[in-house]
Amino acid sequence: MTATQEHPTFASGTAGDDPAMAKHGMTLTLRVWRQKGPQHKGKMVTYQVEDISPDMSFLEMLDVLNEKLILAGDDPVVFDHDCREGICGSCGLMINGIAHGPEQTTTCQLHMRKFKDGDTIDIEPWRATAFPVIKDLSVNRQALDRIIQAGGYISAPTGTAPEAHSILVSKKDSDAAFDAATCIGCGACVAACPNASSMLFTSAKVTHLNLLPQGQPERDDRVVNMIAQQDREGFGGCTNIGECSAACPKGISMETISRLNHDLLGALRAGARPKS
Amino acid sequence: MPLDLFAVGDPIADTKAPTDVPIAERWSTRRFRARLVNPANRRKRTVIVVGTGLAGGSAAATLGEAGYRVKSFWFHDSPRRAHSVAAQGGINAAKNYRNDGDSVHRLFYDTVKGGDFRSREDNVHRLAEVSVSIIDQCVAQGVPFAREYGGLLDNRSFGGAQVSRTFYARGQTGQQLLYGAYQALERQMAVGTVEQHARTEMLDLIVVDGRARGIVARDLITGEVSTHFADAVVLATGGYSNVFYLSTNAKGSNTTAIWRAHKRGAYFANPCYTQIHPTCIPVKGDYQSKLTLMSESLRNDGRVWVPKERGDTRDPREIPEDERDYYLERIYPSFGNLVPRDIASRQAKNVCDEGRGVGPGGLGVYLDFADAIGRLGRPAIEAKYGNLFDMYAQITGEDPYETPMRIYPAVHYTMGGLWVDYDLQSTIPGLFVIGEANFSDHGANRLGASALMQGLADGYFVLPNTIGDYLADGPFGPLDDTHPQVAEALGGVQAQVQKLLSVNGTRTPASFHRELGRLMWDLCGMERSEEGLRKALDRIPEIRHEFWTNVKVSGEWDTINPTLEHAGRVADFLELAELMCVDALHRNESCGGHFRAESQTPEGEALRDDGEYAYVAAWEYTPEGAPPVLHREALEYEYVHLAQRSYK
Amino acid sequence: MVTVTQPGQRRTPKAAKTNSVAKKAVVAVTGIIMVLYLIAHMIGNLKVFAGRESFNGYSEWIRTIGEPVVPAQTTLTIIRIALLTVVIAHGWAVVSLWRQAKRARPQGYVTKKAVAQSYASRTMRWGGVIVGLFIVYHILDLTMGVVNPEGPSTTPYDRLIAGFSNPFITAVYVVALVLLGMHLRHGIWSATQTLGQSNKRREKTVNLFALVFSVVLIGGYLVVPFSVLFGLVG
Repeated sequence: MTATQEHPTFASGTAGDDPAMAKHGMTLTLRVWRQKGPQHKGKMVTYQVEDISPDMSFLEMLDVLNEKLILAGDDPVVFDHDCREGICGSCGLMINGIAHGPEQTTTCQLHMRKFKDGDTIDIEPWRATAFPVIKDLSVNRQALDRIIQAGGYISAPTGTAPEAHSILVSKKDSDAAFDAATCIGCGACVAACPNASSMLFTSAKVTHLNLLPQGQPERDDRVVNMIAQQDREGFGGCTNIGECSAACPKGISMETISRLNHDLLGALRAGARPKS
Repeated sequence: MPLDLFAVGDPIADTKAPTDVPIAERWSTRRFRARLVNPANRRKRTVIVVGTGLAGGSAAATLGEAGYRVKSFWFHDSPRRAHSVAAQGGINAAKNYRNDGDSVHRLFYDTVKGGDFRSREDNVHRLAEVSVSIIDQCVAQGVPFAREYGGLLDNRSFGGAQVSRTFYARGQTGQQLLYGAYQALERQMAVGTVEQHARTEMLDLIVVDGRARGIVARDLITGEVSTHFADAVVLATGGYSNVFYLSTNAKGSNTTAIWRAHKRGAYFANPCYTQIHPTCIPVKGDYQSKLTLMSESLRNDGRVWVPKERGDTRDPREIPEDERDYYLERIYPSFGNLVPRDIASRQAKNVCDEGRGVGPGGLGVYLDFADAIGRLGRPAIEAKYGNLFDMYAQITGEDPYETPMRIYPAVHYTMGGLWVDYDLQSTIPGLFVIGEANFSDHGANRLGASALMQGLADGYFVLPNTIGDYLADGPFGPLDDTHPQVAEALGGVQAQVQKLLSVNGTRTPASFHRELGRLMWDLCGMERSEEGLRKALDRIPEIRHEFWTNVKVSGEWDTINPTLEHAGRVADFLELAELMCVDALHRNESCGGHFRAESQTPEGEALRDDGEYAYVAAWEYTPEGAPPVLHREALEYEYVHLAQRSYK
Repeated sequence: MVTVTQPGQRRTPKAAKTNSVAKKAVVAVTGIIMVLYLIAHMIGNLKVFAGRESFNGYSEWIRTIGEPVVPAQTTLTIIRIALLTVVIAHGWAVVSLWRQAKRARPQGYVTKKAVAQSYASRTMRWGGVIVGLFIVYHILDLTMGVVNPEGPSTTPYDRLIAGFSNPFITAVYVVALVLLGMHLRHGIWSATQTLGQSNKRREKTVNLFALVFSVVLIGGYLVVPFSVLFGLVG
């Protein structure tokens, strides 16, 4: 039994109010990964949605599906989302085999005008051992937080800071650090990577902190421990393919990975070893 | 005053600020007089911090560094997702790096004036003092603020100030500051001073023998409802703009934590003070789930206009100059398009109410860059606003270089929140409230780049210094679920979860939320009138009643269930909305973000009534059926003299 | 680290015994050593155009470097042991990383599209395996002669001519060398990246270099079998 039989068509709430919308609305076939929990096996389930406005965001299209599922007494599709303006990093879906879908942005900033009437859209969760599925399209990404815990900080307890202008940072370094620091921790790099490696995430943080003078004292320990934690979490290793950077909604560059490698090898040569 | 809707209780006052010394010495004096917990005893004091935004994240990290046992709760998967992350503009600090006459006193003065004289002088002065340390702290953590070629920090100017005191990290200042706090927090988690409770939502406050002693929280993955105890509880759960359904807040932002605390006895101050941001992308359709803000810096070069004729649906580029109404330039010749947020917002509403709005539904005005592009050239505009133009194009599918942007105001920030004293302690001993969740520093209107400043001031520097005075009396003894007051709180939450699942009606939580939001936007939004507010107060209990008899929550309690989470939040918004309307109705004056139709100058400008309303309205909760009780905290201005704003 | 256990959280992660980046560095360094060897080998091969004597003499010279200070074959043996070690290390690190990648995503996507991946980067692993097998064959064929049409008891030059006169054998060499070229094309860029020597400014140059180098090197190799096949040599 497929869900399509249960719920033939789901129309968006706007159709009734605005006849123009109904005329221009798209009908789409969604194949959505449904999985009850981490211990359950999942499968793709087919739904149809109707009268989807091209101005809707991808998540608003899923809202339409979910409202109808709720009213039908069914479990709505679980997916993570929050700010819906591309900055919190909560949302992240594999859409037609591409992390965050056909545009290099977050899933919440993908709009339905990128799709055509009659399209079939495959929607899957991020897949990685380190990101176990919680339910449906929602995965647990706390592994990324634990990588930060391993060294993704500068130890500056509150109250200890010197006057801000006592630390000069060249604009070049500051800008490069900022570029790396824009990583939102969405995990698209892991999802897109053929090795399920979190290298781009880790390298973005290493680059941000290691480029700044404030980050120098912990430079070696930081990189060694963060990589050790990344390996412990069960992420794959980097093979420099570049899928991560191509999927990154913030356009974090592969250069950060080179920088991490440089710092790591230097740290190992200098005798830095990960804390066990 | 419509006295039928509320009762008046005893006045309330802050007793913690040392008013016996001049204002500039009060914060250091308070720190000296506050009792301390010695370092060895700190690990015997447990503090719960709910929320991991700028305020909660920085507070939990700082308390952990100090040696307290901290339990940190957040409902996202990671602390880094808190909505502080979305703040764009910047953070103010009285560094006077530009040598342009800035000082702690000037920042204090600007903030009190910007708040339309409805904030507490002592708190605001402290905020200005502490602002300086925030920048030092953030730089030490590695926050990549914008810098000049010499390596020094860059500053820019922001609305409501004549000095350049805003520090920024491109258009992502909130993100970078939050990551600084988040990293400090993760560091404390790694060393074990902060215990982490991810995807856990606070659903009630546990008050035992008059002290806040813990929370009841639901694990959003297992559904398990459990109790967590501490010697003090800190709420850093943000604002309640989502009572309007559509706002610039994140979808998950909610009032539940502070509302439940309010129901346990914490007074709610100035709930009607909401800030409406003039430059947001307009609503496109009923399916819309959120609004997106664009930096108000756009008004530096964009000209706001609508057609002179109502119902003019021509392509904006085909409307000749003499048929356009550049209404801000017309009404406010000296400030023009740069009038403060509240005025720009209200005038946009006025022209749309006249039927001259543009775009779908007629709720939008043009923000036109044609002149600026003609004058400065497209590359100059790209360099200045490129990311904003791209964002606009991404969302609307229109090219703002070719056709004017359409903008409309949207709810953005709530100045109201739980009442706190100078120590940031609420009316419940042991319950501290920080960041947007409290009411303390912005009065009736918040200046740009001040939200980040307040969140971090509270979390890094104020709370960690004041909470010791309370904890010095602790520890307050062990507790378990068999204690009657604990059992009552736990049982109440479990009962509500079951109730929501059992109604099994015909409307989704989102449909109630949308209905409430529409009502609040129309009647308690940019302009409020007695008639409208009374209408809202009639309607809200009806919606609430329908909610509890006709809501449909599918799925189970013992699994991740976003519909159930949303339903619980909507239930609280339905109660808060009523208090907001009561507050708005009782305050028959216009001040800051609160504009009462009955209180305006002949030219239609906001008219404050200092004789009657120079006070903080702190509301005490009473069980349903009884009207809320108003406690007034008189506001006295020793250092900044009361004056009416004018921008003509 | 205080962690509250939640379902959906992965089981306690295996302690990392080694470091994935260090392993990757092993791949890069061993790769570079092999590339250096390949350059020397390719230049040596070109001796074939100088004729039978020169080619066989070169082969003999390799075996007698250092004489009489050290006995015959010493230097060659050292080179062989070094190369074998390098190959084993390369293979070990790669297999280890490959297994790590397999463990990192046991359940694949129903639909997955490559956005940035090139054919060269996608074929690194299987391509590497094939090249490895080819090297074994190549040693049995031309070095030891056991699978050479002429057999082991001939001169290197004769074995070479005999082998490449056969179009099938030449085809095997061509396919393997093209695979090797692609392996190098991605490998050189990847090694630069792994050793932390790449950046945005250099990226284009490194990629161009990797491409040109691979084409020239493989061209240098291919010119020999083709010359034999078309009768330009021998």
